[in-house]
Amino acid sequence: MMGALLSGETMFARILRGILASPKATAAALVCLTLVAAALLAPLIAPQDPYDLGAIDFFDSRLPPGSDSLSGMTYWLGTDTQGRDMFSAMLYGLRTSLAVGLTSGLLALVVGTTLGLIAAYMGGRMDAFIMRFVDLMLGFPTILVALMILVVFGQGTWKVILALVFVQWAYFARAVRGAALVETGKDYVEAARCLGLSSTRILAAHILPNCLPPLIVIGTIQVANAIAAEATLSFLGIGLPITEPSLGLLIANGYQVLLAGLYWMSVYPGLLLLAIVFSVNIVGDRLREVLNPRLET
Amino acid sequence: MTVFIFRRLIQAVIVLLVTSVIVFLGVYAIGDPLEILLPGDATAAERAQVAASLNLDAPLPLQYVTFLTSALTGDFGNSFVFNRPALTVIFERLPATLELTITALVLSLVIGLPLGLWAGTRPGTLVDESVMTGSILGFSLPNFWQGMMLVMIFSVWLGWLPSTGRGETGTILGIRTSFATWDGITHLILPATNLALAQIALVIRLTRTGVQETMPLDFVKFARARGLSERRILFVHVFKTILIPIVTVIGVEFGSLIAFAVVTETIFAWPGVGKLIIDSINALDRPVVVAYILVIVAMFIVINFLVDVLYSLLDPRIRGRA
Repeated sequence: MMGALLSGETMFARILRGILASPKATAAALVCLTLVAAALLAPLIAPQDPYDLGAIDFFDSRLPPGSDSLSGMTYWLGTDTQGRDMFSAMLYGLRTSLAVGLTSGLLALVVGTTLGLIAAYMGGRMDAFIMRFVDLMLGFPTILVALMILVVFGQGTWKVILALVFVQWAYFARAVRGAALVETGKDYVEAARCLGLSSTRILAAHILPNCLPPLIVIGTIQVANAIAAEATLSFLGIGLPITEPSLGLLIANGYQVLLAGLYWMSVYPGLLLLAIVFSVNIVGDRLREVLNPRLET
Repeated sequence: MTVFIFRRLIQAVIVLLVTSVIVFLGVYAIGDPLEILLPGDATAAERAQVAASLNLDAPLPLQYVTFLTSALTGDFGNSFVFNRPALTVIFERLPATLELTITALVLSLVIGLPLGLWAGTRPGTLVDESVMTGSILGFSLPNFWQGMMLVMIFSVWLGWLPSTGRGETGTILGIRTSFATWDGITHLILPATNLALAQIALVIRLTRTGVQETMPLDFVKFARARGLSERRILFVHVFKTILIPIVTVIGVEFGSLIAFAVVTETIFAWPGVGKLIIDSINALDRPVVVAYILVIVAMFIVINFLVDVLYSLLDPRIRGRA
């Protein structure tokens, strides 16, 4: 247990040093932190509650950026077709997008890690079975499988998360199995076995901490992918319900009026989406360099 | 090799069967097509008659057996919307999608390979850094939003290119294609660029990594010692080696292009299978949705199989292990 804690700390320091050494990654990490903070504090920062119908004035709809409302409020990023302040709607949208992306990324990590560890530790038929399934999953593009799942199971926030977990767990499973296979052969695992520790304990307390570097890298990249995939599904009209407008849905709404020249309804939420996905990917790329797990692209 | 092929075939059949059951059950659950097909004031007798004509009144397992036996003969039933065989509707739309994806594939190679070589031969320089950051930007750009921005800039603001539809098609060598007419080509530019962008980023990364891993190898040093020009070393010797992973990736890439064609076709109203599936989901057109999913799954199984075979053919080191 002490060992795990210790290595966890040094790894955190290593990650921090690695990110700070690259100005690009530092900037990207700051953008990530700012956006997460903005999403968490959305109810405090947003000038308007986009869910509160009383606060929205229909006469203010389709106003270009910088317009003033009758009540004196300035819509710095304009309003949407229902008279909602775009900036507020984007903050709440970011909240939804991040929540879905992080939840599905985390769940996929848990499922994938568990299956990957089981495959590596048990070996034999179990390993062959799980890895066949992994290969099969990785052979199909994420967005297509998610689309099929949503067609089959219907829509809803949790179903989107389920679909994203289903398409992402395989990446974690493959990475963890690879790392765990190397670890399982080492002396300390043999020693733990001789001490009569249970398999669960060996896996969770001894092998898992040593598989963390690839998990951190893939976890970061998969969160970015999940956010982008959710936005795409919502844009196609098979993702989140309209009651919880994510960035993807905001962009989809803006798309309806884009050809009429009302650009701000799709450009700004899109830029925000790009900012979060791009910065998370930059951080992930840097983490890969720092932790250097031998990943296939 | 024979064992390998045989095992893959059995696996393919199982995957297709499981998919067919799940898809059949799921699609069965997503709403009642009678609600859509019939007017609101239809009588119970009319409902029963339509249900019987579409075989919707039989028990579920029986419906599945009927579905499977007809599906095996390529009959997925008539599309509720087009009132023609679902498979025919899909295969009519497939050429448009293939035209789009193949154009995007060619674009991604023509642009991605040179940029990857350029960055790969200058590791650690500003060029390398910029190209690599650019490629992260390339696959971070949400595909659908980037397509909308293309429409906004090139169609709405500049008015240079059309934003919707396939335009006029002509016939070249018996194939109907947009390449035959100028109108067709202008309609193809934006959707193909939209689809290609993320793949360009992928090809750049692969090529760059490949070059940087190959350059320090002995055979490159030996080629240098023989006095070959740097250009010949790069384009003949190094390129030949990195082509192996790239060629196999093209198969996988082709798959994701077909997947993302769903997004591109929705934005640019391109009359391919991608737009068809989204329209069909919204219209609860069950036969088309089911046929699409099974056709796509079958297509992927074939693509992945070909990639594996190609890989072992191109790289003699793999062959022993398969």
